[in-house]
Amino acid sequence: MIWGACTLPLVGRVGEAVLRSKTGETGWGGDISTHQDLDMLDNPHPAHDVRDPPHKGEGEAAPRLTLSGISKSFPGVRALHDVSLSLYPGQVTALIGENGAGKSTLVKIMTGIYQPDGGTISIDGQAITLPSAHAAFGHGVTAIHQETVLFDDLSVAENIFLGHAPRTRFGTIDWRTMRKNAREVLDTMHAGHIDADARLKDLGIANKHLVAVARAMSIDAQIVIMDEPTAALSMKEIEELFLLIEFLKSDGKAILFISHKFDEIYRIADRYTVFRDGEMVGEGLIRDAGQSQIVRLMVGRAVDHIFPQRKAEIGAPVLSVSGLSHPTEFNDIGFELHKGEILGFYGLVGAGRSEVMQAISGITRTSAGTITLEGKTLAPKSAADSIDAGIVYVPEERGKQGVVIGLPIFQNVSLPSLKRTSKSGLLRLSEEFDLARSYTERLDLRASSLSQDVGTLSGGNQQKIVIAKWLATSPKVIILDEPTKGIDIGSKAAVHGFMAELVAQGLSVIMVSSELPEILGMSDRVVVMREGLVAAVYDNKGLDAETLVRTAAGIVA
Amino acid sequence: MTDIPAPRHIPDRLDKPLRSAIFSWEALLVVVAVAIFAINSFASPYFLDPYSLSDLTFNFTEKGLIAFAMALLIISGEIDLSVAAIIALASTMMGMAVQAGAGTPALVAIGIVVGLGCGAFNGLLVTRLGLPSIVVTIGTMSLFRGIAFIILGDQAYKGYPSSFAFFGQGYVWWVVSFELVLFLIAAIVYWFLLHRTSFGRRVFAIGNNPIAAQFSGVRVGRTKFILFCLTGLMSGIASVLITSRLGSTRPSIAQGYELEVITMVVLGGVSILGGAGSILGVVLAAFIMGLVTFGLGLLNVPGIVMSIFIGLLLIIVIALPIVWRRLRGGR
Repeated sequence: MIWGACTLPLVGRVGEAVLRSKTGETGWGGDISTHQDLDMLDNPHPAHDVRDPPHKGEGEAAPRLTLSGISKSFPGVRALHDVSLSLYPGQVTALIGENGAGKSTLVKIMTGIYQPDGGTISIDGQAITLPSAHAAFGHGVTAIHQETVLFDDLSVAENIFLGHAPRTRFGTIDWRTMRKNAREVLDTMHAGHIDADARLKDLGIANKHLVAVARAMSIDAQIVIMDEPTAALSMKEIEELFLLIEFLKSDGKAILFISHKFDEIYRIADRYTVFRDGEMVGEGLIRDAGQSQIVRLMVGRAVDHIFPQRKAEIGAPVLSVSGLSHPTEFNDIGFELHKGEILGFYGLVGAGRSEVMQAISGITRTSAGTITLEGKTLAPKSAADSIDAGIVYVPEERGKQGVVIGLPIFQNVSLPSLKRTSKSGLLRLSEEFDLARSYTERLDLRASSLSQDVGTLSGGNQQKIVIAKWLATSPKVIILDEPTKGIDIGSKAAVHGFMAELVAQGLSVIMVSSELPEILGMSDRVVVMREGLVAAVYDNKGLDAETLVRTAAGIVA
Repeated sequence: MTDIPAPRHIPDRLDKPLRSAIFSWEALLVVVAVAIFAINSFASPYFLDPYSLSDLTFNFTEKGLIAFAMALLIISGEIDLSVAAIIALASTMMGMAVQAGAGTPALVAIGIVVGLGCGAFNGLLVTRLGLPSIVVTIGTMSLFRGIAFIILGDQAYKGYPSSFAFFGQGYVWWVVSFELVLFLIAAIVYWFLLHRTSFGRRVFAIGNNPIAAQFSGVRVGRTKFILFCLTGLMSGIASVLITSRLGSTRPSIAQGYELEVITMVVLGGVSILGGAGSILGVVLAAFIMGLVTFGLGLLNVPGIVMSIFIGLLLIIVIALPIVWRRLRGGR
């Protein structure tokens, strides 16, 4: 076993090194490392390398960055175990894995934020260490994150050249050159529409991504990591990002692309590497691999995601909303929700769906309109009022709005129900444990104990806590905002199955979702919102995705 | 990441309570307190005298009373730097009342009400206007003490009634002072409030994630307002005790107390970032601070050196947990 673990990466590297010297594609250092590697295998005749004329082709370039045998543990958790990954110049490698598979940890190792416990990192065949983020930057490794980490109050040019700004003779920053260079960089990547003098905070997320890429270009970064860059982008922006990735490919950059979305992976990636539970379980060329094959690798079993079949028994109206308005976010919203119904809310990001839901659940105030729950008018002044009345909102942003990291599982679950689990203000721990256990076990939570900090759980399990805590208030109406965003396929199916169970028990569900299959697979009716207004309400019988997309985008059929 | 293959039954907890108690911050504080106690008794022959030990308690009881409320406030993610200034303003108001011929019950009431009012003022500014508490209370720190200075100038109020002296100078039994009894009662009340009530649980939730707490139906603004009021109230009570003990009011009364109170809270294991802490820790930290300053006093260390020492202690106790976490976090 030990032998296998050690030798495989070594053989791999030698093989690649030979390939590299044959093709002669890479620049400095290539030959030296070839010799070293061969010497390590007691090959006394490095000169035997026959230099074939270089020929281009996907499979034959040497990797730019190679990680091999990387392991990383945190107290009590083995995040990565003996994983390897190669990135090739001019190619996009997709890193695929469920939540908690170790993708983020690997990115942090590649960007110098974490130090691996073991294993080697090499760039162009030379072993290197990345003791800090600065060192990674120096080696030409840059990362573009889901929500870009740049500086909102600096200009675009400053963001691009932060840390390596051109200097004048006197050592001060040469603003004129910096602006000129910034414009040049933006122009080369066809992003000339971005003003180099604009404050970053005035840019949309898509343009912020472009600035992050420009920054990578400005240091001539050869390795670009994109960690779920499309998560907050619209369709059009995603398409623009893909054009940019194509440009980076043609420029010979090695790109690591992390995404949960298979259509994106198949659209843009050349290679794939699959992680499962901190181990590398498969890699290859994307064109050789079928979607179901990769899914099997990811989950370790075949998963056909079928939405639960259910026979909806829809009763009388439970919640009716009319004329609900907000000074800026939405206007004149009206709809009805029936007992035992799943009402889908579809729309583009920014259509105002979450804002409407937060108003109904008392988190934001409204300027006009009425909310009626079972015949009683409700004017919630805080989330507490809505929870007391029987409306709960399960928010979209799990980490920020959902779980309280730092508190144990049972305290998270009981937080909205403290009135019931305590007696005249005094806590009753046994009640809290009972409540937490009954709901977390129904959701098949994986945890070692109910006193575990929720921060130590994976994303999918945190989502189960989030759903459990609001469900534990025994609501009449539950509003789920993007309930399966960013969680793995297994957890998704669990959440969908659970929703079906809830409505079968007579609960009414509002599901805000941007995923068409989810909307079509789960809803009884669909409300489409656009620019703060209700654009249409559809019965989900023979409803197709195109109609929804057109309505959401305001395209007249 | 720590997914453990499907235990259908999830246990309440894994740690044995005893084991986690031995390795807690509070246990470390007990060790430190015992060590300092031992050093003190070796360093000075006067230390182990009952009357001497009784004097020692006056070093922390007044600040400790404020520290309990401050602990809750810091756990919730806020802070109040104006506590010492509240003491000065409340004391000045009591002094004015004495000039007007007020009796002891009226003085106590004035001290407490002024403290509560100042706390409510801080709370309103923070929760209604949404201002950061550190800025608000730096402002009110100058404001409250500034009013005291305007009223008093370089004068001092004296002439407090003799019955008023009991609060700061009286003994309930033998060497057990009224202040110490009040401190212990407050410790129990605050321990109960923080660790055994749903109010306390909400304070922890707010400190760890105010947005998620709000989404979970916690009335964040109201809870924080109550905490500012409590801190003001405790400052008012402390003002009564100090004024009674000194028998006079100067505008510079309790100067620099806010630092010692915050040091006490942080030394007690309350996270300066909010979200974690215990009342037991604060009680132990109060004892330690009392022991240290009293020990240094017995050794005739001048006051300025003591304030250097307090400053260093504050930096060390804030840095220690952060450095510790970084070393363990493998960064």
